[in-house]
Amino acid sequence: MALIKCEDVSIGYEGQTVVRDLNFHIDSGDYLCIVGENGSGKSTLVKSLLGLKGVESGRILFGDGLKQNEIGYLPQQTDVQKDFPASVYEVVLSGRLNSRGLKPFYSRADKEQAYEKMDLLGIRDLAKQCFRDLSGGQRQRVLLARALCATKKLLLLDEPVTGLDPIVTTEFYELIRRINRESGIAVVMVSHDIESAVKDATHILHLQEKVLFFGTAEDYQKSRVGKTFLGGGQDD
Amino acid sequence: MIDTMVEMLSYPFMVRAFTVGALVALCSALLGVSLVLKRYSMIGDGLSHVGFGALAVATALNAAPLAVAIPVVIVAAVLLLRISGNSRIKGDAAIALISTSSLAVGVMVISVTTGMNTDVYNYMFGSILAMSEEDVRLSVILSAVVLVLFVFFYQKIFAITFDETFAQATGVKAGLYNTLIAVLTAVTIVLGMRMMGALLISSLIIFPALTSMRVCRTFKGVIISSAVVSVVCLIAGIMVSYLCSTPAGASVVMANITALAVYSVIGILRNRGLRRS
Repeated sequence: MALIKCEDVSIGYEGQTVVRDLNFHIDSGDYLCIVGENGSGKSTLVKSLLGLKGVESGRILFGDGLKQNEIGYLPQQTDVQKDFPASVYEVVLSGRLNSRGLKPFYSRADKEQAYEKMDLLGIRDLAKQCFRDLSGGQRQRVLLARALCATKKLLLLDEPVTGLDPIVTTEFYELIRRINRESGIAVVMVSHDIESAVKDATHILHLQEKVLFFGTAEDYQKSRVGKTFLGGGQDD
Repeated sequence: MIDTMVEMLSYPFMVRAFTVGALVALCSALLGVSLVLKRYSMIGDGLSHVGFGALAVATALNAAPLAVAIPVVIVAAVLLLRISGNSRIKGDAAIALISTSSLAVGVMVISVTTGMNTDVYNYMFGSILAMSEEDVRLSVILSAVVLVLFVFFYQKIFAITFDETFAQATGVKAGLYNTLIAVLTAVTIVLGMRMMGALLISSLIIFPALTSMRVCRTFKGVIISSAVVSVVCLIAGIMVSYLCSTPAGASVVMANITALAVYSVIGILRNRGLRRS
């Protein structure tokens, strides 16, 4: 059983279908990159995977013990956060919320988890720092730590390197690759950066209102759609 | 100093003003942090104007003011929240529309019935004499409810304030908590507005949070500091109001402005210090 399996899924806004007939699946340990142009339905699909948006038809199935609210989501940063008075520790700890249910306070285990994830991402020494004083790359690490607190099985990253400089971007990809390989956490990343996507990912999902391609990264590079999108068409 | 305190507290209306004021200040400070950070401050302002309209209508109908105003303002709060959440309608314009409309309705009703008199003045700018026994009871119940809910849902309120999408994705019912905050804000505003005045009550929501954000660097710090600043400013304001016979609302706002100035200076000095070290 896959972690997530989409069967004939169509999603839309107010009767207007944005993406249709999606069929793909994510297995444990996969690194899936969702690519496609702006408006191709990537963000819409993300919302549906998280349960923030219902599907028009089809089914999204969760398996392997993954629950929908246990996806480690790394959203795009919002304006509110640029001026938000919160310590790194508070932000990371809030990732444990889905394990709390109605219980109002965090347990010692939750706090240990938060420190463990901060150690893993090398941001332990920032714990008391204010989120708004951090650099873009540090913020992404903090939000990644929060996402890791929320999941044991699947990370969902929505264009995580937007606005990061090239060096920080490379480091961030390295980090994701490490988490994917060493912790066995499956990664789903929405990305514009198709070249890095193909290098790191095991699978590619190319959207253009429907699935243009779904398969391994290797096959994608050989496929016609992949060649066109990668700009490699000229060597034919 | 102590003599004046004893003298002040020998008047029952002053005790009532201090009790209701401090409790309303506490509630609005806690709720205000979330509202300000979520960019919903204008909702507080809109609600106070709706409250003014509702109070005016209640007076004209000879009905109990709170019994009419609280439900009306709660409905308005839920409505305003919906509008703000809906990106297709311009939220700020809609709030301005609703608040000016309510103000106009209130003024029309008053001028047709009792005429523009001191009542209107008191509704607009607040009066230290306005609090009744009933208000004291209500405000004690309300603040107990706000405090308990706030402590119980503190982590969730932090999560939806910081990042609503993430909170929703991890199973937090953000809509429910937003509505809860809006409803509690509505009740707080109605309770506080006769003392603070319809035009000034939203300062209780906005000032403490903004003041604390100048200096505090954690969410918990901002919450605690807001609560303290808000209550201290309210007590100082009412004392000034008593001693100098100034309107209560304006005096409290002046105290809040002072606090904001002091905190801003501390914030600037500290940032400089940090940069140097």
